Amino acid sequence: MKDKVQDIIKKYHDDKTRLMDILIDIQAEYNCIPGEAIEIIAGQLNMSKVDVEQTLSFYHFFTTEPNGKYTVYLNDSMVAEMMGRDEIARAFEEEAGTTFGSVTEDGLIGLFNTSDIGMNDQEPAALINGVPFTSLTISKVKELIAGFKAGKEVKDMIGQTGDGNNSDPRIMSMVNNNCLKRIGSIMCLEYETGWALRRTVHITREAVIEMVKRSNLRGRGGAGFPAGLKWEFCRKSEGDATYLVCNADEGEPGTFKERVVLTEMPEQLFEGMAIAAYAINAKEGILYLRAEYIYLRDYLEDVMETMRKDNLLGKHILGVEGFDFDIRIQMGAGAYVCGEESALIESMEGKRGEPRNRPPFPVQAGYMNQPTVVNNVETLSTVVKIMLNGPDWFKAIGTPESAGTKLLSVAGDCKKPGVYEFEFGTKVNEVLDLVEATSVQAVQIGGPSGVCINPEMFDRNISFEDLSTGGAFIVIGKDRDLLQDVVTNYIDFFIEESCSSCAPCRSLTVILRGKLQKLLNGHGTMNDIDELYRWGQFMKQANRCGLGQTAANPILTTIENFRPLYEALVKTDEDYMSEFDMSKAVEESCKYVDRVPNVH
Amino acid sequence: MSKPVLATTSLAGCFGCHMSFLDIDERILELIELVEFNKSPIDDIKTFTKQCDIGLIEGGCCNSENIHVLKDFRKNCKILVSVGECAIMGGLPALRNGIPVEECLREAYLDGPTVGLNTEKILPNDDELPMLLDKVYPCHEIVKIDYYLPGCPPTADLIWNALIALITGDELKLPYEVVKFD
Repeated sequence: MKDKVQDIIKKYHDDKTRLMDILIDIQAEYNCIPGEAIEIIAGQLNMSKVDVEQTLSFYHFFTTEPNGKYTVYLNDSMVAEMMGRDEIARAFEEEAGTTFGSVTEDGLIGLFNTSDIGMNDQEPAALINGVPFTSLTISKVKELIAGFKAGKEVKDMIGQTGDGNNSDPRIMSMVNNNCLKRIGSIMCLEYETGWALRRTVHITREAVIEMVKRSNLRGRGGAGFPAGLKWEFCRKSEGDATYLVCNADEGEPGTFKERVVLTEMPEQLFEGMAIAAYAINAKEGILYLRAEYIYLRDYLEDVMETMRKDNLLGKHILGVEGFDFDIRIQMGAGAYVCGEESALIESMEGKRGEPRNRPPFPVQAGYMNQPTVVNNVETLSTVVKIMLNGPDWFKAIGTPESAGTKLLSVAGDCKKPGVYEFEFGTKVNEVLDLVEATSVQAVQIGGPSGVCINPEMFDRNISFEDLSTGGAFIVIGKDRDLLQDVVTNYIDFFIEESCSSCAPCRSLTVILRGKLQKLLNGHGTMNDIDELYRWGQFMKQANRCGLGQTAANPILTTIENFRPLYEALVKTDEDYMSEFDMSKAVEESCKYVDRVPNVH
Repeated sequence: MSKPVLATTSLAGCFGCHMSFLDIDERILELIELVEFNKSPIDDIKTFTKQCDIGLIEGGCCNSENIHVLKDFRKNCKILVSVGECAIMGGLPALRNGIPVEECLREAYLDGPTVGLNTEKILPNDDELPMLLDKVYPCHEIVKIDYYLPGCPPTADLIWNALIALITGDELKLPYEVVKFD
């Protein structure tokens, strides 16, 4: 083992900031990160063992015990549950002869749950040894398990490949992109790769920033910070080097638009990265790709290789002296919070993905403590079209405060889930019509951290000034139990994904979950509803990053917009009710000490 | 007008909150002018002898006796206050929550480094002993709690200010120094 692990470490030049890559390679080699490997890494990188362990224990896809020759990670997000993932889970358990969270005795098959894998338009879905399997059925599960037992290659079991570039020989995936159902006016506008960059290099770096500023382009990740301003701040910060990071870690359940952009138009993204790099004078770019999209890595590498040959990446891009820029892909390892830009930077440096305190902001001291711009996939891709058609053309589309278009990942109870490009200002009702959603109880805008709106609000519009979303748009039908099926799933998601750094995010999420369960159990009071709301609001002030600040949103927005559902759960006029059951509480200890419980 | 009646108790706590209470120093003389003590370790009255106005609860509930005492306090006090981290959240004793009870008992009585004298490997199971709960509960999950005083322990000033506010009906003043813990 020693030689192999050392080879892996050498591949990354004994660089401890590349610990993520080292751990990813070791996990792939041994289906786990053995204790012996941890010691070798610590020795070789001159780190303490616990430093290695604290990074590896943070990420969902790193394990210290072998997780099976065939490792199934079945999505347990809300939409997956709506589409019958529990039935599929049972089928996996029956066929494999083991339960979720464990590996078969012979070490062949491991079954695990995982948070969203970006396939909400084709659930139930699972990753098996990193390969996505979507629209799973019970018969497919049987076929898969039989295949595992017969020792088949995972890639050979996908069956028919999906639409668009999913059938490209470099991808060969069964994923369907349900491709950009409405051909939108900006992202989807056809153009020839390289044109925008050609225009860019004819003007000064400052002029590029000025154009992006004038276009009013705002970050598409969710927060909506003006992209041009971010670039300008970075340009004005002093440092030895400047970095450009593309955040492709869309982990918000219900979001899968980046999957489609990365599959169908990666050239546009890389070109956008090159434009941004030119503007901020960055030599090195990093695409932080979520672990769930590892099936796209070889393809993306190949696309970049072609662009290098075309002189759109690499040295002296388009013959411009001093314009050197190249991109490397940094894989994640399963952590929603890494979508937060400072957590993402921590992760890229080989550490736990815990958000940093700000200031300093990443534009001042980001990756390697140098000025760093972190932009979303959609933001950077959009830049290409701004450079082609000009800021005024761009600004004319959308609303005054939200210029341009937005990619929406539509999933849930509708006939046509998929990725759509809409102009900002589009009403929720228009989206619902287009995706053929009838009988709608609620729409979750922006995933668990967003808002859950009721039908009276369906004439509101998608924009930063009204309903803001990073991309998720989940339709919840009338026959769903909103609190039991949706809200509890979302709170569980936050409990799972909290990095636990801030106490309210670590603890209050669990407490709120308990209180909600108390209501669902029929033991709640009106006071409990009020407390849920009051305590939930506290989360906004008391946590460091966006995850913690919004972790109570599933509860807060449903109390605001669906209060009658909560009140219907209250069966008493009392202002207090306890769920405590003494007989149950003493049962275990009395049994162990061999004593008859004496409850009165 | 008769003086308000005060009762206090320590459940699954360390008596640190009561110690902090005593840190009001000479103000204790003022306090006994303001209130009458009933069931409390401070005057060693073991059972309630009358209806009380204010009950101060230190500690959460880790066994059946804690539950009985807490319910008794609820029955006999108009206002109940959770004093300190353990009463509010379970505190240090709640570190065992999440560890199976069996494992805790085994470590405490059979396998731990301090069990040398328990040569007969006896587990406490006498009927007179309180029964251990499956986990440590914060007080508000058992009975209604009216107020919470945070801290480990809450400072003497916080306890004093809160008591005075309750007795006089004045607004509770909580300067930052009184509730900051860093």
